[in-house]
Amino acid sequence: MSQSFDEITAQLRRRHRRSANLKRMSMGALILAAAFLVVFIGDMLVKGLPAFQQAQIQIEVNYSEQAREIPPAAVGDDVRSLVSRGYLRLIPSRMEENPELLGTQRMEWVIADSTVDQYLKGHNSELRPKEKRVVDRLVEQGRAELRFNTTFFTTGDSRMPEMAGIAAAAMGTVMTLIVTMAVCFPVGVMTAVYLEEFAPDNHLTQIIEININNLAAVPSILFGLLGLAVYINFFGVPRSSPLVGGLTLALMTLPVIIIATRTALRSVPDGIRQAAFGVGCSRWQVVRDHVLPLSLPGILTGSIIGMAQAMGETAPLIIVGMVAFIPDVSASFTNAATVMPAQVFTWAGDPSPAFVEKTAGGILVLLAVLITLNATAVLLRKKFERRW
Amino acid sequence: MLSNLTLLTFCAVLAVLGLIAFVVARAKALRTRQAGVAMYAQPDQYAWFSVLATAGPAILVGAVGAFVMLLLGAEIPTPYLLAASLVIAAIGLFVGVMQVRPDFHARQAIERVIRLALACAALVSIVTTFGILLSIISEAIRFFQMQSLWDFLTGTTWAPGDSFLAAAGRGGEVESVAQFGSVPLFVGTFIISLIAMLVAIPVGLLAAIYMAEFAPPRIRTLAKPVLEVLAGIPTVVYGFFAAITVAPIIVDFAGFFGLDASYNNALAPGVVMGIMIIPFISSLSDDVINAVPDSMREGSLALGMTKSETIKSVVLPASLPGIISASLLAVSRALGETMIVVMAAGMRPNLTANPLEDMTTVTVRIVAALTGDQEFESAETLSAFALGLVLFVVTLALNMVSVLMIRRFREKYRTNTL
Repeated sequence: MSQSFDEITAQLRRRHRRSANLKRMSMGALILAAAFLVVFIGDMLVKGLPAFQQAQIQIEVNYSEQAREIPPAAVGDDVRSLVSRGYLRLIPSRMEENPELLGTQRMEWVIADSTVDQYLKGHNSELRPKEKRVVDRLVEQGRAELRFNTTFFTTGDSRMPEMAGIAAAAMGTVMTLIVTMAVCFPVGVMTAVYLEEFAPDNHLTQIIEININNLAAVPSILFGLLGLAVYINFFGVPRSSPLVGGLTLALMTLPVIIIATRTALRSVPDGIRQAAFGVGCSRWQVVRDHVLPLSLPGILTGSIIGMAQAMGETAPLIIVGMVAFIPDVSASFTNAATVMPAQVFTWAGDPSPAFVEKTAGGILVLLAVLITLNATAVLLRKKFERRW
Repeated sequence: MLSNLTLLTFCAVLAVLGLIAFVVARAKALRTRQAGVAMYAQPDQYAWFSVLATAGPAILVGAVGAFVMLLLGAEIPTPYLLAASLVIAAIGLFVGVMQVRPDFHARQAIERVIRLALACAALVSIVTTFGILLSIISEAIRFFQMQSLWDFLTGTTWAPGDSFLAAAGRGGEVESVAQFGSVPLFVGTFIISLIAMLVAIPVGLLAAIYMAEFAPPRIRTLAKPVLEVLAGIPTVVYGFFAAITVAPIIVDFAGFFGLDASYNNALAPGVVMGIMIIPFISSLSDDVINAVPDSMREGSLALGMTKSETIKSVVLPASLPGIISASLLAVSRALGETMIVVMAAGMRPNLTANPLEDMTTVTVRIVAALTGDQEFESAETLSAFALGLVLFVVTLALNMVSVLMIRRFREKYRTNTL
């Protein structure tokens, strides 16, 4: 049974249409993935950008004898509920530091309560109608406005949203990452050098290789269990400290650095090794003087990417207790600390709109740092990439 | 603190000894050489060997001593230990300097030491795996001494309840008995992972097909970084997105159809986890599809197949082992994912198949068990390790199968890639 030309042409057209459909569908999938990213970043920006602004009001502060005992007495009755309680609490200590303040009265821009902040940003606010009128009047007089939120970048956590900041968590992240990199960079590079340049091809080497690949795929929360059982319960490392967090993350980052370093070492052509051996270098001299310097950009790129990964990790740190409430910025390896993602997690647990804003603000800071790190890695790779 | 100061002094003395070793050995080697004797190694190499001989055994003794103290609980006073270590350093210094002889291969000796140090570093990864395994298994065994393994694997009620009171010796006051039936947790984990895979595999695979087969190079170079950014976002951020943005949308959407959805529904974390895994699947599948030799495509096209027919009946079947391997890795990731479910999924163990209800997962319960105020000895805390053991075994098995599949795929096409 033969087909007519028309039938064959129609069939052909159908087949080509199907082909075009697949192309459209697959393109749609990619666009969908990109759209997720855009929606996601947009959502974070909308929610988080207001966190970088903070309402401040200009009021008269009365540094009286009474204010030292009862700080709220320093401000007038009508605006007392509008001023941040965190700010009021600081008044006595400021008077200690500057004795000349005592007995003076001055107009000052002070941090407003988060309810005022939310009201000025146009959100639902728990302000009473009377207070709203006061705020409206202050705005008209130019005595209440949104300003850049320096508190957010200079303080630690607080129960009051207007006093909460990311600085303590950022310091915790820095301390944790110092521990992480101090442990896993040398160990990772040494492991990779051993496997690529020294190791005989025997069973032990193969087991190590398989093991490293497996370690890379172990869920991160299990490293937290390891940290809890081994570091804290067995070795007695202080809980919640950057030391235990950093050591836990180090084990997690190790496979990333090993794999990146091995790739970098492998990309150095054998001719260089053979030339060095030819003039009488020993294996270690070849590695130290030729292979390592040439693969250093690749190793650094891999390390930066590994560091960025460790920086965004939360689950294992929660297990070892790094979700502590840390109000003060402190650079210590053994005191309780928190890290930026854990701070985001803590804030996310508070359903009030002011803290949702802080959470998204913290996320924006975290994302900015991570993107900077990854971009540095990419630039480094581009700049030093060498084709042999 | 006393120990800090002692340790600092110890380090300083060791550094000074090392310096002495370097200077003395170097001077001796230079003298020998100037006397006109041919030596096997350079003066610097003799010097470094002496330094290694001084510091190496000393540090080793110190470390072993500290470990014995910690592990066996033996009481060795720290000053004695450090003093012993310094004596050994002095002996090492003496031996090292004695070894500066013309017929001693200092370079090879250094080489051996360095090789040993590198091998030790390589062993760290093995030690880590065993550390995970041992720490989890030992605590899990303690859990199974309290609770039966059978009940754990088949029970359908997870109610750790007041087990912490029992651990505190006040269990008699409360009537309720803690139950650790993990089936609801496994079901919850499975359903959320399933939703994630339903999102990630089609989108990721199609995106990979587009990038490998259709996209012009310019779009390729543009799309790769976009997907990489998606992969680089911390999971805690995804969790916040799922809980604050996606979950309310799903509740509204379900309400529109007259369905009742919980704010902790399983759909939100599932979908967001799927988004997180898209780049993972697409980049692995992209590599695999690119590894399929062009000769196969050319053969298919030469027979008059259209592009989509070539992809469907030649490229995809050929790359199937690789794609399955990528999917298995993705499943193991979804099972172990923690932050998204902790923030967006429920806490209540709920045995249901309805994705609009709240349900909880293995990882959520691990976090909940370990962040509470319970005693470490309580059954609830230890249950985290039992759950962790299950998670470890399952993900390890998935990874193993995945590695085997990808290896088979590579071997199949190794000869053709040239």
